[in-house]
Amino acid sequence: MTNRPPHLDPKNSFQGLILTLQNFWAAQGCVILQPYDMQMGAGTFHTATTLRALGPRPWKAAYVQPSRRPKDGRYGENPNRLQHYYQFQVILKPSPPNIQDLYLQSLAEIGLDSALHDIRFVEDDWESPTLGAWGLGWECWCDGMEVSQFTYFQQVAGFECSPVPGEITYGLERLAMYVQGVENVYDLNFNGGTGDDRVSYGDVFLQNEQESSKYNFEVANTEVLFRHFADAENECRAILEKSAEGNRHTMAIPAYEQVIKASHNFNLLDARGAISVTERQSYILRIRELAKSCGEAWLQTEGGSAA
Amino acid sequence: MPELLLELFSEEIPARFQRRAAEDLRKAVTNALVDAGLVYEGAKAFATPRRLALTVTGLPVRSPDTREEKKGPKVGAPQPAIDGFLRAAGLQSIDQAQVQSDPKKGDFYLAQINKPGADAIALLSAILPKVLTDFPWAKSMRWGTGSFNWVRPLRAITATFGSETEDPVVIPFTANDVQSGQTTFGHRFLAPQAIPVRRFDDYVTALERAKVVLDIDRRKDIIRSEAEHLAFAQGLSLINDEGLLEEVAGLVEWPVVMMGTFDPDFLKLPEEVIIATIRANQKCFCLRDKSGKLAPNFIITANTVATDGGAIITAGNERVIRARLSDAAFFYNGDLATPLEHSIPKLEDSIFHAKLGTQFARVERLVKLAGEIAPQVGADPERAKRAAMLAKADLSTGMVGEFPELQGLMGRYYASAQGEPADISTAIEMHYKPLGPTDQVPTEPTSIAVALADKLDLLTGFWAIDEKPTGSRDPFALRRAALGVIRIITENGLRFPLQVEPDLLSFFHDRLKVSLRDAGARHDLVDAVLSSDSTDILQITQRAEALSTLLSSADGQNLLAGYKRAANILAAEEKKDGKNYRGTVDQGLLQGSEETALAFAVDAVNAAVASHVAADDYKGAMAELATLRAPVDAFFEAVLVNDSNPDVRANRLNLLARLRNTMHLVADFSKIAG
Repeated sequence: MTNRPPHLDPKNSFQGLILTLQNFWAAQGCVILQPYDMQMGAGTFHTATTLRALGPRPWKAAYVQPSRRPKDGRYGENPNRLQHYYQFQVILKPSPPNIQDLYLQSLAEIGLDSALHDIRFVEDDWESPTLGAWGLGWECWCDGMEVSQFTYFQQVAGFECSPVPGEITYGLERLAMYVQGVENVYDLNFNGGTGDDRVSYGDVFLQNEQESSKYNFEVANTEVLFRHFADAENECRAILEKSAEGNRHTMAIPAYEQVIKASHNFNLLDARGAISVTERQSYILRIRELAKSCGEAWLQTEGGSAA
Repeated sequence: MPELLLELFSEEIPARFQRRAAEDLRKAVTNALVDAGLVYEGAKAFATPRRLALTVTGLPVRSPDTREEKKGPKVGAPQPAIDGFLRAAGLQSIDQAQVQSDPKKGDFYLAQINKPGADAIALLSAILPKVLTDFPWAKSMRWGTGSFNWVRPLRAITATFGSETEDPVVIPFTANDVQSGQTTFGHRFLAPQAIPVRRFDDYVTALERAKVVLDIDRRKDIIRSEAEHLAFAQGLSLINDEGLLEEVAGLVEWPVVMMGTFDPDFLKLPEEVIIATIRANQKCFCLRDKSGKLAPNFIITANTVATDGGAIITAGNERVIRARLSDAAFFYNGDLATPLEHSIPKLEDSIFHAKLGTQFARVERLVKLAGEIAPQVGADPERAKRAAMLAKADLSTGMVGEFPELQGLMGRYYASAQGEPADISTAIEMHYKPLGPTDQVPTEPTSIAVALADKLDLLTGFWAIDEKPTGSRDPFALRRAALGVIRIITENGLRFPLQVEPDLLSFFHDRLKVSLRDAGARHDLVDAVLSSDSTDILQITQRAEALSTLLSSADGQNLLAGYKRAANILAAEEKKDGKNYRGTVDQGLLQGSEETALAFAVDAVNAAVASHVAADDYKGAMAELATLRAPVDAFFEAVLVNDSNPDVRANRLNLLARLRNTMHLVADFSKIAG
């Protein structure tokens, strides 16, 4: 492990964990992106994963993505559950032969040394019904705790991935809690500071969890959300229509951003209990249809097709 | 003799596929060997999380030469027929064929095809890539830039061939871009170096040194015995869990067993909740103390020898289990704070089946049906209705949401916690049962009423929307439900006629036949007591049992022979006369003591059998029938049925018809074999 100051050691610092992972994957030739500037349920929704997973071009990226799961909000009262948390996402396309070794090295970098820890790859098939995507892989266990998801994408937006990207998703808070040895997410040391300089995860996010839980569960205007959902759906289709020029597309990304919006609105409606079980499936299908159209459009852009 | 060693080294194979994959590999390779003319002495396959391995022993170096004769067309046959023959036989011209003479068919062509044997290595290098390409994985994937499919990325192939006394040769082939060789790798963390491999013997030894136990059954034995050893040292005993053991053995190449503990305060939770939490999420084993109570300990199976002796691994697992049990306690306490009734309206949001409505609608049907069934099974209708109303409430509790397999059981806990009477809380758990042929059957009346209502509603519902099981497809487990109804009825001795549509009734009959056959009943006996409109399952079973007892006695066997004789005569004569004999015997026409004796015996037995049957006493009825053996034997010994006097003959045929009718009161003896 590299020599680093204590305030950047993942054992003491949440941001140190993030920076360590960024440095590690930067050294593997990944572009280090910043979070997508939209609300989304998982790092997979970032165009750097969904869209770049499609088409023949090689692609290596790593980034943090704030992930919104309105239903998981607990008003800041549960030590493990958050409606807003960070995922660290790595995508390597095509998946290199040493991808598992790279992953294990990254764990060692953040202090999970395989000489001391029991690291296991346990079967977990991944599927995103809203994105029309699936893959096979594992949940990665460290001493019985799931610390990452590891997936070889087979399909995205209903299209075969060829070459196949390997996707690694680290749940940063959970990982940090284990590395720092704390039982409550809000007790995480965020900045690695000590004494008065110490900033905790709670200092940064507790109020946000309280306020957002209240909004998500009690206040969000469902009528407005339904409207936003329909707007996003319509806008997506309108963009795609204007995007098509012969057999090329010129606005696959803006169209796909509407899918991200529709999906987040759906998640909010779901948290408000505004969507019954029967309707649920039909909303998921509507988003999937949009995602498929966008995937199809992407394959007809420069980024999605052969050079 | 040479042997083959094949190892397919990959990223982690899901535990649930490993055993099956090893078996599939053995079958695919050995079948292909035999097809190629390579006979072998033995084959054994193995699986670990990272490899499938196969050893085949006693192989020949070459496949044997073969000689085959191929018959061709007649000499002088049209040219297209000749050409076709040449193609099929691989001949250049017809001169290369022989001419054979046949006294009947005349002269025809014959080709002698000599196939020289082939080199085993050459054959194998064609067989093995095909085995890999066609491998029957339930789920497989692509990776990187390839189009090859395997369960997870395939990283190395070892394929060697040779005998003990020589250096084996690599069987050359590629799959995807992996080239076969003789290099494998040890344990991912403990011995990741490349290992040169020659033959199976040194392969197994080298792997063992490199911290890989190749045989899954040996890994299971290690885990079980070390777990029992650790348990014993603490005065505890391991809760056996074969399914978990198989899974855990598929997650490790080098099992290291350790014990962890959790806060005894969690033992306030129902033990099933603790076991489900620890099993499903952590894949750890639970333990009991000497008094049989759940102990605050668990068994971890790690895949590595940690340099600190496993302290960190144990602490990590304990930490996760603490969090999981806290979650479970949170759900449990939350559920306890809510009366079960409050969970019922939430069932409106839960679809039972798109065409059959919500779980709530189903509960309404169950309440009605259980109330109707209750009096027939000795249950109080109000109690049965209450139990039915609460039966599905736990489906919308937090705990069952987290652990669906605890349905029913949690309902029972929550019901008794809120003071429901014991029969009602028991019924909530038991109404799902029996779940299989060996599962417990409900025995208390309230449970029986709800269990029958649950299964009958399921069956009539799916019959109404025409979602019946077909072949091996039975996604709603309707066969299990029907068998459940049968077991509840028969094991509780219930008189419960099935009032269902004919097609569903015949489905019940099929299940009943299967179940009686499985219990050892002869299927012809089941047919003999079953008619298409039989609704009384208990009666059918009792008749079949009684019939079986009768036929296992000498009297029964002889009576059956007598019956067959009577029935054959009747059938022949009825056909000849073009009429059926109804069995009306004119006493005035009886002749001789044997005939008179039989007539009186049949009369007496007929009355007695009828009254036994009316009282559902099939044993009694059969015993009565058995008494007919002597008079029937005597009758056929002394009397000729086809008397020259037509009236006497007709009377005798009527006597036989009366015998037949009497026996048919109990079963259709014509369906019995032998």
